[in-house]
Amino acid sequence: MKTMKMIYPLAFALAIVLAATGCKHQPLNVTPMPRGITPPPREYVPTTMLDTNPLGSQINPNLPVIGQGIEAANPLLFEGMIEDTNALAAYTIHFPYDSAAIRDSEKANLQSVASELATDPATKLLVTGNCDERGTDEYNRALGERRALAAREALAKLGLDPMRVRTISYGKDQPVDSGHDEAAWKKNRRDEFILLHPNPNMPAGMPQS
Amino acid sequence: MKKYLKICLPVLLAIFAVNFACGQSDQNPIHIVRPVTFGQKPVPISLDGFSGEVLSVLKFDLYVQGFSFVSPDAAQYQISGSNSGNVIGHVTDKIARREILSRSYPGASLRREAHALSDDIVFAITGKKGIGQTKIAFKAQSENGDGEIFVSDFDGGDPQAITHDKAIVSAPAWVPGRLALYYNSYRLGNPDIFYNNLATGEARTIARYGGSNISPAPSPDGSKVAMILDKDGWVDLYVADADGGNLKRLTKSVEDESSPCWSPDGKWICFATKIAERRVLAKIPADGGAVQRIPTPGAPNPTEPDWSPDGKWIAFTSQMGEFDICIVPADGGNPVILVPGQDPSWSPNSRTLIFTKLTNWRYSLSVLDVFTKQVKDIGRISGNDSQPSWAK
Repeated sequence: MKTMKMIYPLAFALAIVLAATGCKHQPLNVTPMPRGITPPPREYVPTTMLDTNPLGSQINPNLPVIGQGIEAANPLLFEGMIEDTNALAAYTIHFPYDSAAIRDSEKANLQSVASELATDPATKLLVTGNCDERGTDEYNRALGERRALAAREALAKLGLDPMRVRTISYGKDQPVDSGHDEAAWKKNRRDEFILLHPNPNMPAGMPQS
Repeated sequence: MKKYLKICLPVLLAIFAVNFACGQSDQNPIHIVRPVTFGQKPVPISLDGFSGEVLSVLKFDLYVQGFSFVSPDAAQYQISGSNSGNVIGHVTDKIARREILSRSYPGASLRREAHALSDDIVFAITGKKGIGQTKIAFKAQSENGDGEIFVSDFDGGDPQAITHDKAIVSAPAWVPGRLALYYNSYRLGNPDIFYNNLATGEARTIARYGGSNISPAPSPDGSKVAMILDKDGWVDLYVADADGGNLKRLTKSVEDESSPCWSPDGKWICFATKIAERRVLAKIPADGGAVQRIPTPGAPNPTEPDWSPDGKWIAFTSQMGEFDICIVPADGGNPVILVPGQDPSWSPNSRTLIFTKLTNWRYSLSVLDVFTKQVKDIGRISGNDSQPSWAK
């Protein structure tokens, strides 16, 4: 049939046109930024990991949206676990002022934490986010949580199941150095890693598979 | 005025014309003329016949509501009375030459009677409700970081612990019109949000999700509570029914939101966040929608907003090295930097602020009359007193 013969070149041309115009679209996993807003630094932001947020349709479109947060682990599955504050104390990581960006220099410590957790799947991890005393109380509490989340996300990228990791912010309430200068502040802007062992008397701490 | 308007740029007019007259001067690039002026002179009054606790309560209450104390001949209002037995007070308007208040206060502690008299003095002179009998809540923290939530008179009198958590506690927030408050406590090993009704003794857990549950803020009608959660992986603003049910996420930003507060009509929630690498104040419709920035030019790193009950102002903390208490018109305009301090909370009559002051690295509470900038310090009850919330 004559018409059938015509269809192949037409389809070919259409495919080329589609491919060409398709290139102009954003890749599917990148949300366009609203005009006038500079995207925040990306290096510590995870790409799409686990988006289990059921409220997608209610989300305000005007805020920067890059990647997705990782849903928090169920706190009940950590109840009664035994805290070992020494095991990972050497791997505490530190942050720049007013920032939750993980510096390259801190990545070896995160790798060590991930490796330690990999040796025993029954263990879990508590990440505590902390701030220096500059900045107001609730601002620091929010910033500290964001620092803890940044480590949790980075550990997830290193292969640690984020459901084994819970986070707490202490804001500026738990400084390691009570001094009032940059030397002290530098030490206080940190994430601490606390190894959690299952409690044989409390099965809630065990994963319920 | 003519001169101001002539120089005023059309662009600025477009931005501000709806609500304000605007203009330019050599010193200030944008000067917004408001009906309210700051650095107002206090009203001179005299106080005679009072002594001891009654005198000190009256002086505290009236000083932070814009009055100064002078001799009877220099006073615009002469206040006399006694506190032998019960408190008795008289107010004479020296200009109108007539007595505008004469009253006695039987049947309470002297302290309470003195606060009642100060409220009547303020009402007789200004026609506005005073703050003498109002309450505050605050956090009292010991050196190791643990603390309790306290409730007291607005001047720090009669402090009472309303928690026995022996843990980090934070961010007490009164439910307007009720003897009830929300707060954050780490008593279960995690920062969670709780509700205490002081009238009934009812205590509830409001938010205990994974991650941190912080900064609760009840709506003006008490039917909702805004809070900061990260259960979905980012530190975002959420709103729920008063009991924590019907939770809804309002922001979805990788940046950390903090310290929500409500507009008095309940339509907006104001909060602190970071947009385009700058710390800013922003607001969002309480039922969700687009985030709008609240510019605070000249007052960088704003946090801890608190919307005045009359809707006109948002008080906040600005940080430029040290901390300052600032206010900015809620519908836009230039901020006014008031005094050094943090975490302001408005009085119910939108005239006075209570805030946290840092002295020698310890926190205590102070009260500020916004229009005269008169400040009084409140005696500390613990190692550090901070995060005041004024009952409305």
